[in-house]
Amino acid sequence: MSLTEEKLKKEYSDKVVEIYTFRGDLNVILKPQDIPEICRFLKTDPDLKYNFLTCITAVDYLEMKDKRFEVVYMLFSIPKHFRVTLKTRIEENEEIPTLTSLWSTANWQEREVYDMFGIKFSGHPNLARILMDEDWVGYPQRKDFPLTYEVPNFSYNKEEIDTRKNAPWRGDEWPNEKQ
Amino acid sequence: MAKRETMILNMGPQHPATHGVLRIELELDGETVIEARPIIGYLHTGIEKNMEAKTYLQALTMTDRMDYLAPLSNNLVYVGAIEKLMQIEVPPRAEYIRVILTELTRLNSHLVWIGTHAIDLGAMSMLLYAFREREKITQMYEFVSGVRMMASYFRVGGLAQDVPVGFDKRVRDILDTFPAKIDEYEGLLTDNKIWRNRTTGVGTITIDDAIDAGLSGPSIRGSGLAWDVRKSNPYSYYDKFEFDIPIGKNGDCYDRYIVRLEEMRQSLRIIRQAVDGLPDGPVRIDDRKITPPPKIEVLTGMEQLIHHFKLVVHGFQPPVGDVYFPIESPKGEIGCYLVSDGTKKPYRVHFRPPSFINISAFNKLVAGRMVADVVACIGSLDIVLGEIDR
Repeated sequence: MSLTEEKLKKEYSDKVVEIYTFRGDLNVILKPQDIPEICRFLKTDPDLKYNFLTCITAVDYLEMKDKRFEVVYMLFSIPKHFRVTLKTRIEENEEIPTLTSLWSTANWQEREVYDMFGIKFSGHPNLARILMDEDWVGYPQRKDFPLTYEVPNFSYNKEEIDTRKNAPWRGDEWPNEKQ
Repeated sequence: MAKRETMILNMGPQHPATHGVLRIELELDGETVIEARPIIGYLHTGIEKNMEAKTYLQALTMTDRMDYLAPLSNNLVYVGAIEKLMQIEVPPRAEYIRVILTELTRLNSHLVWIGTHAIDLGAMSMLLYAFREREKITQMYEFVSGVRMMASYFRVGGLAQDVPVGFDKRVRDILDTFPAKIDEYEGLLTDNKIWRNRTTGVGTITIDDAIDAGLSGPSIRGSGLAWDVRKSNPYSYYDKFEFDIPIGKNGDCYDRYIVRLEEMRQSLRIIRQAVDGLPDGPVRIDDRKITPPPKIEVLTGMEQLIHHFKLVVHGFQPPVGDVYFPIESPKGEIGCYLVSDGTKKPYRVHFRPPSFINISAFNKLVAGRMVADVVACIGSLDIVLGEIDR
């Protein structure tokens, strides 16, 4: 058992929902409201020193898991070279506390998650779209957002675009491949 | 006293010194930058979304297009994530060739960086020199994969094919000529008075600020932090090679320049060790559910033909699960977060883009400095817009 796992189990046994290792990666599943507290603990604990927020991202488990989104945080400890993945599951309209007060790098990364998935981070100083246009409708990385196409909307092809837009499509499916 | 007014100046998206389509909204008081807000997204093509609709092999070709100056680093992070998920052990020869080519990629990326960074600051001839050497590396890509830029040469379980005869001679040729070229760059820039004035003390960032802002790669090493993913979390065969991590002292543009130059020398050191120890043997694993059989077997055996067909049409299916795999790209830590639902297509792929996170700290570098320093700071962060916007 790694040191991080031991410490988390000891200090936060009531808050850690699940903790497991997969392919050498330590994964910790938490409730959304506990994320800032656990991150602060991991960042300041003298034996762990997870001082580097590597990455924030999200996954849309539409109709696969009971809660729709999973927000994923990767922390790295520069002095100790540990890595840990924190995960939290939220519903579509749930908010999740921001990490901008702990790391300024969370600012843009949370904006990207908001832009792509529509997940709102409460307390974020400037939760605006970052990659897509400001007036874009929808959240592109959601699984129910069709990949199909986005072409300039002219009068002659408007109807065609509208019908194709409404059909979710996961790439070029071969007709007989479902085994 | 009259009220002080600030001026908003848009720099870009079409500006030669922004290295792509980056727009920076500068709030100016006279010539002093009060705040710089990078505005991105002009090159967003939805690579992560597109990859979800392709098989694992098809999606590989999209990774080259993110950081198009370091295509093979992106290949490596993507195939590395799949290999971690599928628990594949890659043959030694393939790993050695991967190390050689990703280090050449680092040289390639740093060469383009030094050329464009110098031309931004007025040293015209550097670009020509840097591209002269870069040409050898793109020719090397062409030699092994047939493509000069978007090589897509790495495959899950090894390489697309073995390198052609004469590979090590060509690598040694680069190794022999390159150190003198780096000295040449140093002769042009390192003690150049104009270069020093334009970069020393410009864009300074402390270690703590850099960690807080998530900087990685040469951008954080310039501040004096000796952290390199190749050392801290060794992947591929990097733990077998000897090399040092160059660090700066002050965290300014000049230190980042010195760090990158020294990194090129260290890359050459790694390549030399790898090419000296290059073993013989297969370049792909022998699992027919993951890698296609050799062409000659496809043409002569029924079962092999079926395997080939199944792999091309249906691909392979990694087990359900998710992994994060980080490597040291020329720009910093690039990581691939891969979620598999057990089908032939990735359920979700996310790249930790070093350029994206480095540019998010841009305001810290330039606030309080002159407009002319903005260009120096963009250059010294070494960003690629293809990777920022994906």
